Amino acid sequence: MGLTLTWLAIIVLLPLAGLFLKSFELSFAQFVDIVTSRRTLNALKISFGLAFLAALVNLVMGGIIVWALVRYRFPGRRIFDAIVDVPFALPTAVAGIALTTLFAQNGWLGAPLAELGIKVSFTPLGIFVAMVFIGIPFVVRTVQPVLIDLDPEIEEAAASLGANRWQTVSRVILPSLLPALLTGFALAFARAVGEYGSVIFIAGNLPNVSEIAPLLIVIRLSEFRYADATAIAVVMLVVAFLVIFLVNRMQRWAQLRVPAH
Amino acid sequence: MPETAIAVPLERTDARSEPRWVRGLLIGFTILFLTVFIVLPLVIVFAEAFARGAHAYLAALADPEALSAIKLTLIVAVISVGLNLVFGLVAAWAIAKFEFPGKTLLISLVDLPFSVSPVISGLVFVLLFGAQGFLGPWLQDHDIQLLFALPGIALATTFVTFPFVSRALIPLMQEQGTAEEEAALSLGASGLQTFFRVTLPNIKWGLLYGVLLCNARAMGEFGAVSVVSGHIRGETNTMPLLVEILYNEYQFVSAFAIASLLALLALVTLVAKTILERHLDEGQRPSEH
Amino acid sequence: MSIEVRNIVKKFGDFAALDHVDLTVPHGELMALLGPSGSGKTTLLRIIAGLDWPDSGEVAFDGENALSRAPGERSVGFVFQHYALFRHMTVFENVAFGLRVQPRSVRKDEAAIRARVKELLDLVQLDWLSSRYPSQLSGGQRQRIALARALAIEPRVLLLDEPFGALDAKVRKELRTWLRSLHEEINVTSIFVTHDQEEALEVANSVVVMDKGHIEQIGTPSDVYDNPQTAFVHGFIGESIVLPVEVDDGRVRLGDTPLNIAAERGSSGPSKLFVRRHDMQISPCGWGGLEGTVRRVRTFGPIQRADIVVSGNRGETIIEIDVPRDRELRDGEVVGLQPRRYRIFADRI
Repeated sequence: MGLTLTWLAIIVLLPLAGLFLKSFELSFAQFVDIVTSRRTLNALKISFGLAFLAALVNLVMGGIIVWALVRYRFPGRRIFDAIVDVPFALPTAVAGIALTTLFAQNGWLGAPLAELGIKVSFTPLGIFVAMVFIGIPFVVRTVQPVLIDLDPEIEEAAASLGANRWQTVSRVILPSLLPALLTGFALAFARAVGEYGSVIFIAGNLPNVSEIAPLLIVIRLSEFRYADATAIAVVMLVVAFLVIFLVNRMQRWAQLRVPAH
Repeated sequence: MPETAIAVPLERTDARSEPRWVRGLLIGFTILFLTVFIVLPLVIVFAEAFARGAHAYLAALADPEALSAIKLTLIVAVISVGLNLVFGLVAAWAIAKFEFPGKTLLISLVDLPFSVSPVISGLVFVLLFGAQGFLGPWLQDHDIQLLFALPGIALATTFVTFPFVSRALIPLMQEQGTAEEEAALSLGASGLQTFFRVTLPNIKWGLLYGVLLCNARAMGEFGAVSVVSGHIRGETNTMPLLVEILYNEYQFVSAFAIASLLALLALVTLVAKTILERHLDEGQRPSEH
Repeated sequence: MSIEVRNIVKKFGDFAALDHVDLTVPHGELMALLGPSGSGKTTLLRIIAGLDWPDSGEVAFDGENALSRAPGERSVGFVFQHYALFRHMTVFENVAFGLRVQPRSVRKDEAAIRARVKELLDLVQLDWLSSRYPSQLSGGQRQRIALARALAIEPRVLLLDEPFGALDAKVRKELRTWLRSLHEEINVTSIFVTHDQEEALEVANSVVVMDKGHIEQIGTPSDVYDNPQTAFVHGFIGESIVLPVEVDDGRVRLGDTPLNIAAERGSSGPSKLFVRRHDMQISPCGWGGLEGTVRRVRTFGPIQRADIVVSGNRGETIIEIDVPRDRELRDGEVVGLQPRRYRIFADRI
């Protein structure tokens, strides 16, 4: 018991406490200065904004994928089901160079896209693509068990009450999946915000344009500007926790569905 | 007896399925999306690694830098998986089988490394042990090199892989409850005997599952390790770090050769995981990520 | 509305859930489909509702083909065994669902919907729960809300799948009475599925006994109890004593002993003799040659119960009968047996 707590404290709590302690070495004005500098703001905007968009795509595509995997039978279904976890298991650096090569202007997908005038690698679009990749498993895996366990009778009840299929899906099934969908969205978002390895290769890393916040932390560290790195990290942590907290509240609200008295 | 259906219409409106074209569309979307985002990146890793033939591929792997990176990666994985095996087990045991104040806090702490950017995880170790860090001066005085060396890499890896084992075990152990342990204790078994003969056999698949995922992440961790390693060639470069360096130096075959080993590890992990989940499906499936 | 089911066949793989089933349900009937699990009763109900489709056969509502219509177009109210209430909707919204999903052209306005829902909640006596969520209700309340929801669309048929199966014994008894009186009030053709004979006999005014995809008998509750038409019905409803006998052109033998009774003229082959337990008496001389050896006697309250071993050509059969307490029985005593009423059914091959 004591051992567990001690271990947790050493390996988890102490480092994070150190982070916040370090940020207290800065005066408030200094902190605000760092955080509101143009480059930092842009990096945070890019990380959070693109992560939000990527998580939205994951929400929609994840919903479609999990529906197809659970409800339909098609050749290769089990294999597609298994490879949904690849972004969990594949080291991020490997994913990064693979996506970059794939979407480079002479790459398998990059070349045809370039003909359409769409440039992916070394642009913000590339960051978005990498974030979508990294977020695929979250929505699928949080919704999958819920969808499998969904009582078939509620769909039959809706149908026998005269609802057409679309009404059944939108008014009965989707609300039942909403808490799981939101959880998956939040997890995908949190992961995409902090993602480093799979993004930096494809990003181009142009300050103010395609430079993500984690990369800026690494750059500040290599310049020995520890305070700057720490300030950015603190903002990222706080915002990420706020978002997760918010989604948790929404999820609880969706789950309980008990009107406030 | 052959029967001819007269009254049954050909196109039945099943209460629980969509029109054929909707089904086709959704399946098509799924296959297309997963092929573009998952199958193609995997294929391209191997295609690029063998772009100049098997000979170049093997030569890239036989390079001393590559060998030293592989060795370092294995050592780091052994250390961090070992540490997390022991402490993850203990943490899961404490959370699942005992009631104590602060338990919910403890559960959320276990998950913490998952919700923190790996770069930030690396950063906190630099802040702790770096030259300007809290413990930096003391470490220097005693001539202990943590950062930019094996201990720092192992420590950071242990931090980011901490949740895997306990995450896999907590639901399993909670579901199994304490009845069997209490029975064993009442029959005169000692605490350790109870653990090894009752608890451990019950959770062995879940444990293996956690270790498997922990190992995959430990070998593949990039962000946190990148920050604490110092990138000293031939010394503190793990396989993912070497991939980055080689790639940035346009040595694509070498970069993808190392990457192919890591991709192989990921695929093996996934296959093993799928098999394990079938074992675990009899009990409860541990939560992922 | 009347329901006509003709020659329905439904297979799940090799298993025939329904094997050429015919059934007519007159308007206003309260009918029970009674049978053990796997007898096909739920499948039949789901086919009538449009939730399953037969491999062949016909279903007609008031003479009109129903199979060509989707479940939502059949105006069938279906009540599920586990209620299938929408968990994310209040009781009010659950009941209103069927009204809200109607095509715009026929949909009632909001005020009319509210009035209708209120009326239904009054009918099931739960109007005070309208803003609760299903998770806040008891099992019995949920079942009544499920019923109100099914009634909202003014169904021409009400179908209930094991409506009381998931409830505890006391609530079940209350709801039975309630369902009967509700049916008298709204008088809509209703069919419910149950495996509980007491429930079927008590609630329904006609009972359909099913086994292995066949209908064994259709009749009033007293009919199926007093005049079972098949061995299965006799064995499934009420308690029966069963003795294997041999019939040879209408003459009945138990082992080597000819019994002083006649089976149907011209019938032959292995058969079973069915006697209700309360119809079997001990008599000094027996009945023809029917006799047995007392094995074990126990008494509780006014009843004395005895195991009696009867030997026949297919080995010994132990039957359990009730004996008045004033008749003294000893272990090993040989007694004669006399049924007040009996039935003989030839074994199915």
